[in-house]
Formats: sequence, structure tokens, C-alpha cells
Amino acid sequence: MHAAPAAFGTAAQIADDVSSGTTTASAVVEQHLARISEHEGDIHAFNLVLAEEAREAAAAIDERISAGDEVGPLAGVPVVLKDNMCTRGVETTCSSRILKGWKPPYSATVADRLTDAGAIVVGKANLDEFAMGSSTENSAFGPTHNPWDLEKVPGGSSGGSAAAVAAGFAPLSLGSDTGGSVRQPASFCGIVGVKPTYGSVSRYGLIAFGSSLDQIGPFSTTVEDAALSFEIIAGHDPLDATSAPEPALPVRSKLDAGVEGLRVGVINEMNGSVIEGLDADVLARSRAAAEALAAAGAIVEECSIPSSVYGLSAYYMVAPAEASSNLARFDGVRYGLREDGPNTALMNQASRTAGFGAEVKRRIIVGTYALSAGYRDAYYGKAQRVRTKIIDEFNAAYKNFDVLLSPTAPSTAFAMGDKTADPMMMYLNDVCTIPSNLSGQPAMSVPFGVGDDGLPIGVQVLAPLMGEVVMFQVAAELERAAGGAA
Amino acid sequence: MSDAKEPHLTREEVAFVAHLALLELTDEEVDQFTWQLEEVLDTADAMTALDLDGVEPTHHPLGFTNVMRPDVVVPSLDRDEVLAQAPDVEDHRFKVPAALGEQ
Repeated sequence: MHAAPAAFGTAAQIADDVSSGTTTASAVVEQHLARISEHEGDIHAFNLVLAEEAREAAAAIDERISAGDEVGPLAGVPVVLKDNMCTRGVETTCSSRILKGWKPPYSATVADRLTDAGAIVVGKANLDEFAMGSSTENSAFGPTHNPWDLEKVPGGSSGGSAAAVAAGFAPLSLGSDTGGSVRQPASFCGIVGVKPTYGSVSRYGLIAFGSSLDQIGPFSTTVEDAALSFEIIAGHDPLDATSAPEPALPVRSKLDAGVEGLRVGVINEMNGSVIEGLDADVLARSRAAAEALAAAGAIVEECSIPSSVYGLSAYYMVAPAEASSNLARFDGVRYGLREDGPNTALMNQASRTAGFGAEVKRRIIVGTYALSAGYRDAYYGKAQRVRTKIIDEFNAAYKNFDVLLSPTAPSTAFAMGDKTADPMMMYLNDVCTIPSNLSGQPAMSVPFGVGDDGLPIGVQVLAPLMGEVVMFQVAAELERAAGGAA
Repeated sequence: MSDAKEPHLTREEVAFVAHLALLELTDEEVDQFTWQLEEVLDTADAMTALDLDGVEPTHHPLGFTNVMRPDVVVPSLDRDEVLAQAPDVEDHRFKVPAALGEQ
């Protein structure tokens, strides 16, 4: 069996055991490295496994504990970083040929915050190239397989990070979510995945895709672990000008509070009647989640976000437009692949042509077109106005509701190769997750049973800006209703 | 996709936009991207059904403008470490082929 979430305990349990001396960080790391050796060949969650670095970091933690030093709240916890997060001196590729071999001269703030808290980075996770995709099949280094069924995709773009946690390679990982890239793989892999409020987690050292949409968030096997890691990675960072100038929200404070009297809105457009293509078993689990919250004392009613139907249209203009601008920096001059050319412009072109994969090229071209003279207002400008409408409708809904509820993804994990021929088929995966990226509001996926094929299904809890405390509170209730950790 | 309507983009336009983005496409890629981009732009056209008169654009969910830090010198990245990752370097500078003409 490849799926074994929290094979050696949750992050909270491991940190407790390591801090109290019940076990050592070195023993924990060896357990996880052994599991990686055994199953990584089948799953390919990683672009790079950092076995020696992890052993050294674990030994250093153990030394500090024997010396009686204070160790952090993630002492000895193995973690995995999506390979679009910079790690100083350690190869960071975005799963792209254009960055193969690149060793960043600095680390992402999230990487520093995790290691400062005692966590141990065991590897860099595979992704769809530059985080563009929903299946992790767009990696230049080969696809990641779903630990629940190796013939199925793990979702994407953070598929390696999700698969690593589902396979028990680490209890905790980080992904980035631009249109659903944490929540959809969490749903496909039967784990918890969080897209925090835009600006609440620093993006310093996250290689940019869609700068008005990107947000880093955790994967874990329990809501508590997601909350624990969120409190560590969130909070203002002066190195990121888009970082919200506020400390991390205390999201662990209400995990046991229940949902009595909370108002839960079930998003009407995502119940199968308006947005098409949501599978019946997915809709059934979403309804069951609403019923479970009602049974626990929440007031559950339908609500409407009419413009969410246009989210996909707006997103596939905004995200490529921003990507085309962000990816202009890859030109063979300062880092990454260079292909020779007779002059600078032709060298730039040869390097980009050889370095980028098909999906990245597609999005750069769409984005360049959407921003070009004569079309900018018809496409990019219109999409930004749709965005305002979606925000206004969400804000109106949050006058009546504490949180909203929907399916996370339209289906369970699909077969590898199923959707690679037609990009639009792949993009439809994000139909329920995109509105939260456009609005900047937080949302998370919580496992809630399985589909007709026996594969995991997640439900999505959405909350207003900086509404993470109530979002985690409701997620914890769903976890209890689903029967605890997966 | 309706067969009757004008396509958004011709093959030539796809190749031209790629050229603007410093990408060179093979003939097969131009063919494939032309129909794939058509699907994306068809989806974008759905937005015309919405009444957006008087709706302001959202550039950024938090609406920050001009975030400044105090004007104080702080350490920056190590020059040698940065240059060590460059494809070509000369005299502590990034080196590129001739900018104009050919070499």
C-alpha cells in the first residue's frame, strides 16, 4: 500500500515526542527516509530528496535538546517544500528545464520560518512546471503518481507536496495555490490543504506565477497540523511588499469549539445545477458535509455567488497575463538555461524556447495576447471587473454567513493522460477553487469520505478575508464528522 | 465552439504573439496552440454576458499601494553567490552576446 498518511504520527505528535525526549529527531528522520526509499520510485513525489542534509539537521536538533536548549514547535518534524520555493544553495527548479541546476542565493521566508521552528526539510516536491497545471503531468522531470492509485494523478499543481504527505513521506508539506493548486491535490490525495488569505503568508522566495493570486499554504493529515503550521508561516514579512502587515491569526484557538449557531452558506452555483460537470458522488459528499454541520448545530442555508460562474473565464485571462509578465525574467542572462544565439535577442529566444514546456508557452502566449494593444480592455480589463463583482458578491454573502461550503474539485483523481490533450478540460478542474483566488479570501479542503471509485473526496470551506479562525473551526468539525484523520 | 463565427486568432497571429514573447514555435505547435487558444478565448467571451458598467477593476485583493520601507541601507545578496549561478560572467558582470548585429 502506497497511501499511509501520518505513517509515523502527525506533526504535532512528532514535535511533542521529540521535544519531550520520547524519541529523537534523528530516529524520526530515518523512519521517513526509509519510507521514501521504499516508495518514491513508484510515486515520484520529489525532484530532490535531501537525505544527508536532513540527517545533519536532525542531529543538530537532537544536540540542542540534549543541551537543554529551547527547540521550536515543529522540532524534528519532516517537511517537504514545493520546488518553486527557494532554498539557499539547494537546487530549485519549478520542474522546468529552464531552471535545472539553479541554486538560489537566498531562501524563501516560509522555508526559514519552518526550519527556525525546528522542522527538517527532507525534499523538494515535484509540480506542474511553474505551477501551471492540475495534475503534475506538466513537470519537465516526469509526472507524480497518486499514492492511493498509481494510475491516477495526484492533482496539481502542488501534486508532489500532496503525494508526499499522502504517502507518509512527511506529515507536513507546503504548496502554492494560484487557482486551486493546494486544495485540488489535497482533495485528490485525501488530506487537508489550505489556501490562506492573500498576503497572510509571505511569498518572498516563492517563484512568482500570478502575483495577484499566488498564496502559499500547508498540506497535512489533520486540521490541527495545518493550523499549527499556518501559525508558523503566516504573519507580516517586510521582504514581501504584498504581505499583510498583521501577525499570524491564532487559528488553533477554536478547533474544539464546535459549530453551534454558526451560519454556513452552501454555494448554490456549485451544487450541480448551474456549474456543470461536477460528479454526482462529489456533490453527494458535499451535501453530506452540509448535513453533518447542521447536525452539529450550525445553521445551514443555500446562498448564491452568481458571478462565480464566470470565475474560470476571468482567471484564465488574469493568471496568464500575470504569468507572461513574471516569466519574462527567464531569458538566459542571470540564471538558468542559456542556449547560444548570434545576438542577445536570439539567445533570449533560443533559451526560452528550449527551456519552457508546452503549457507554460501556451499561457505566456495567451497572456501576451490578453495584454496586447487593442485587446487589453476586452480581456484583462474585463476580467479584473469580473473579479470585483465576485468580491462584492462574496462580501454580501458574508453579511449573512460565517463560512461558505462547496465541493473542492469536480471529481475524484482522474487517470493519468486523461486530460492532457485538451487544456480546457484540465482548466475545468479549478472551477470551484478559482473564485477564492480571484477574491483573495481563504479557503481549505478537508477530506470527507470517498467516491464511487473508492478514492478520496474533499469538501471546501470558504471564509471572508482574514477569516481563518472560523474556517479552521468549521474544518475541524468536518474532520470529526468524517471520523477523524484520514 | 460555433463553426460559423470568426476565429479570434489566425495561425499567423499565434506565431506573431509567440515571437513578441520571445518564443519560437514549430509548425505543429502553431497548429495545436491555435485551436487551444481559441477555446480559451471562447471561454473568456462568456464574460460579455455580464453587465460590468461602472464596475471598477480589481488589481490586487488587498488594495495596497506604494508599500515603502525606511530608507536605510541593509545587506543585500552576496554578489559572488549570485554571479556563480549565471550562464556567463566577465569582470563581476553578467555577460551576453552582442546586443546589436551578430557575433
